[in-house]
Amino acid sequence: MKGREHRLGMLYALPVAGFLALSFLAPILLVAAFSIMPQKVFTIFHMPDFSAYGEFLAQGYWRSVAWSLAMAFAATAILFVICWPLAFAMAKVFRGFTLVLTIGVVMTLFVSENIRLFGWVLTLMKGGLIEGHIRHWTGTGFDGLLYNVPVIVFGLVYVYLPFMLFPLAQGIAMVPDDARQAAFDLGASRWQILREIELPLAAPGIMVGCLLCFVLSAGAIAESKLLGGQAVIVIADEVETAFTYGQNWPLGAALAMVLIAIVGAIAIWGISKADLDAMIGRRR
Amino acid sequence: MGDIPILQLNGLTKSFDDFTALHPMDLKVRDGEFLAIVGPSGCGKTTLIRLLVGMEDPSGGSIWLRGERIDEIPANKRPTCMVFQSLALFPHRSVGQNIEFPLKLRKTPPAARKERALELLALLRLPEEYYHKRIDQCSGGERQRVALARALAFDPEILFFDEPLSALDYRLRKTLEKELRDLHQRTGKTFVYITHSLEEAMVMSDRIAIMRAGRFEQIAPAAEIYARPTSSFVAEFMGEVNLFDLRDGSGDLLLTGAGNEFATRPGTLMIRPESLRILGPDENAEISMSAQVSAEYMLGSRMQYALSLPSGKAITAELLRENADGPKPGDSLRLGCAASACHLIPEG
Repeated sequence: MKGREHRLGMLYALPVAGFLALSFLAPILLVAAFSIMPQKVFTIFHMPDFSAYGEFLAQGYWRSVAWSLAMAFAATAILFVICWPLAFAMAKVFRGFTLVLTIGVVMTLFVSENIRLFGWVLTLMKGGLIEGHIRHWTGTGFDGLLYNVPVIVFGLVYVYLPFMLFPLAQGIAMVPDDARQAAFDLGASRWQILREIELPLAAPGIMVGCLLCFVLSAGAIAESKLLGGQAVIVIADEVETAFTYGQNWPLGAALAMVLIAIVGAIAIWGISKADLDAMIGRRR
Repeated sequence: MGDIPILQLNGLTKSFDDFTALHPMDLKVRDGEFLAIVGPSGCGKTTLIRLLVGMEDPSGGSIWLRGERIDEIPANKRPTCMVFQSLALFPHRSVGQNIEFPLKLRKTPPAARKERALELLALLRLPEEYYHKRIDQCSGGERQRVALARALAFDPEILFFDEPLSALDYRLRKTLEKELRDLHQRTGKTFVYITHSLEEAMVMSDRIAIMRAGRFEQIAPAAEIYARPTSSFVAEFMGEVNLFDLRDGSGDLLLTGAGNEFATRPGTLMIRPESLRILGPDENAEISMSAQVSAEYMLGSRMQYALSLPSGKAITAELLRENADGPKPGDSLRLGCAASACHLIPEG
């Protein structure tokens, strides 16, 4: 009986598994194949050639990878710190207001990311909303607030806030109130409750939120292009350039593979740590 | 310590908006005492215990611990702790880590922590291997013991309990009641136990405080509450009882001799079902009544009878099951008891 159910389950999962393999795995394999293609030879039937990876190291593309990862890390850390109190309030304090807040945050997703970022460009640029007003009132202007690394991180924080906020609120909702009260009764300070009770019990939500934000930020391109100008070139930008202007598909594919490998390793490590079963309520 | 009570409440009150949960309450708890606070749900006993441990602020009055005022101290700074109704064990920590939690907060070295945790496991009769067990691998009774061990690791001046046994099945509850009583004697700590079950309170406690609608009705040892309740609420709460309002005359009762005393004082006369006996044709008692049997219930060693009096009032009597031919439903008979076996509740 058990064996039959098992076989049936496999059978039912087959179409989705096939679809996932085709739509998720196939492009990655294709990119991997491109990355070991000799330059200026548009065929995948050839001897593997790893010169594109050599170029990645020699031409200093690792700097773009480092910038992308560092800014993604910074944005994720900032998002965690600013979203924790808000998510806590959504899960435990606000009652009806949580819905209002949820709708408000989700509404921003209805407008395209690029349009929202252009809004910030108009706000922050020289002669824009902020600098223009200050110059009008004080008589002295400055260069505007765009085209630097902090403003790119700001853009990442702004765009990916919902991806941190909702998983965190979900995670915090899993922390039982009586466990917090019991810890307090047993002599724990607020910080000790946060460290000993809330953070470990909300860990699945924290992990999901941080992974989403980190992975999305590491592959982000619009923030650095629109807000950052040429302050730094992120890796996604390099990939795009290699495929378009550069017409160097093997290089673009190799850069993409490096990013996929790094981000994928971090994601798999994170998912293995997070208790996703607890997150969707199968236990407790 | 001597005459300073370990815990004292002076006019403690609590109101939520326009609802008064606790009217001014006074209470003194002796050092090493096992006090049970009993009341029906909604009487304010949970609010009271939350005030006592510091999870709610009182609206008025004060709480004193060994002569020191504690009601303005937050719960995490008070030397008391509580075993929650839900137990509130930490699901992400092992049994050992749960027990060591209060010690870890105080920066006790790990070796000393573990030693104490193993001592407490032994005290609560849990095997040493449980130290590494996960909470979700423990049964209900084992979790109770872990929660108790964790509270004892805190080494509180007073240990509060918020109905921790209410979720367990009957037999386990009975076992744990006796264990708790035993633990109280071995540790010598002051226990304040909240429950809605009078039975539980009577098995375990030295004194019982009966609460009703935000007030203490009576605070006394179980035997005294049983024999001399101060209100009809307490009398009825303590179990099956017959109450006769004597303020408008003796009604169904025939009072003679010492029984006449009750007629001169207004109040409610309490007669326990087991105090009543069947009177023979020529027999008389200080308090007597005629009644008709309406139903009989088997209670094991005793029989319980539901009877109706001439006025239509229903009463209960319990008799030992000595002879097979006891009264049957429909029989008319006379019941009586001695005046000394009854108790007059003055307030009525």
